Amino acid sequence: MVAQNIAFGIIAGITVLAAIGMVSTRNIVHAALFLVMVLGGLAANYVLLTAEFIATTQVLVYIGAVMVLFLFGIMLTRAPIGRIPQMTGATWPVAALSALALGGITVYALIDRFGTDSLATDNTVFRTADVSDSVFSQYIIPFEAVSVLLLAALIGAVVLARRD
Amino acid sequence: MLLNQFLLLGALLFAVGVYGVLARRNGVMVLMSIELMLNAVNLNLVAFGLQHDVVSGQVFALFIIAVAAAEVGVGLAIVLLLYRNRKSIAVDEFDLMKG
Repeated sequence: MVAQNIAFGIIAGITVLAAIGMVSTRNIVHAALFLVMVLGGLAANYVLLTAEFIATTQVLVYIGAVMVLFLFGIMLTRAPIGRIPQMTGATWPVAALSALALGGITVYALIDRFGTDSLATDNTVFRTADVSDSVFSQYIIPFEAVSVLLLAALIGAVVLARRD
Repeated sequence: MLLNQFLLLGALLFAVGVYGVLARRNGVMVLMSIELMLNAVNLNLVAFGLQHDVVSGQVFALFIIAVAAAEVGVGLAIVLLLYRNRKSIAVDEFDLMKG
């Protein structure tokens, strides 16, 4: 338990710092690399929560595929590689206020409702087989819908991005 | 471990993502901040799934990962199209529908 808590503290600290770095850095490639740190930290959190399949998927899909998409997006829109002076718009104080208010209210509500409830770690550990059983029996219709959605997104992206 | 430590981490990441979506000018950065928010939600789903002893939390997290991948694909195509037409992806310059 203690080891898990220490691990969580380190991972959570790195994740939050990387997230703040991502939204505050002036260098867009650095922001993408900070996002990799956030996503990796979250994958480690999934391992702590005994969801190893989600952690693997997170690494494969996000750190693998989505990050490559983002880097291609940065490259194709010819973003300046160095520091950009105008990274945040004129509305950033309003944005910071909204984010602080939202975060404050959420944190207050969570502490008020869940307080020091300990995580039920003696429950069943869901293995990858349980996840796949659930996906292919109870959630088969949403699964098929997601397949069609991915196809539609693929076609949509090609139609939008091609030159003609 | 406490349930709240994961929920609070999720809440903080979500708030940081909200700030990123509202404050950043670059279209690609806005999409990255949206990814941050979706990931914060995923963490909550997995934590609640473990807490309530149901596998649905993990299944929904998988669905969100798939939908987020589709969203990034289409979103980046739109950003690319904007860049091609306007030579800029600063989101505060696109105010054609402003009344």
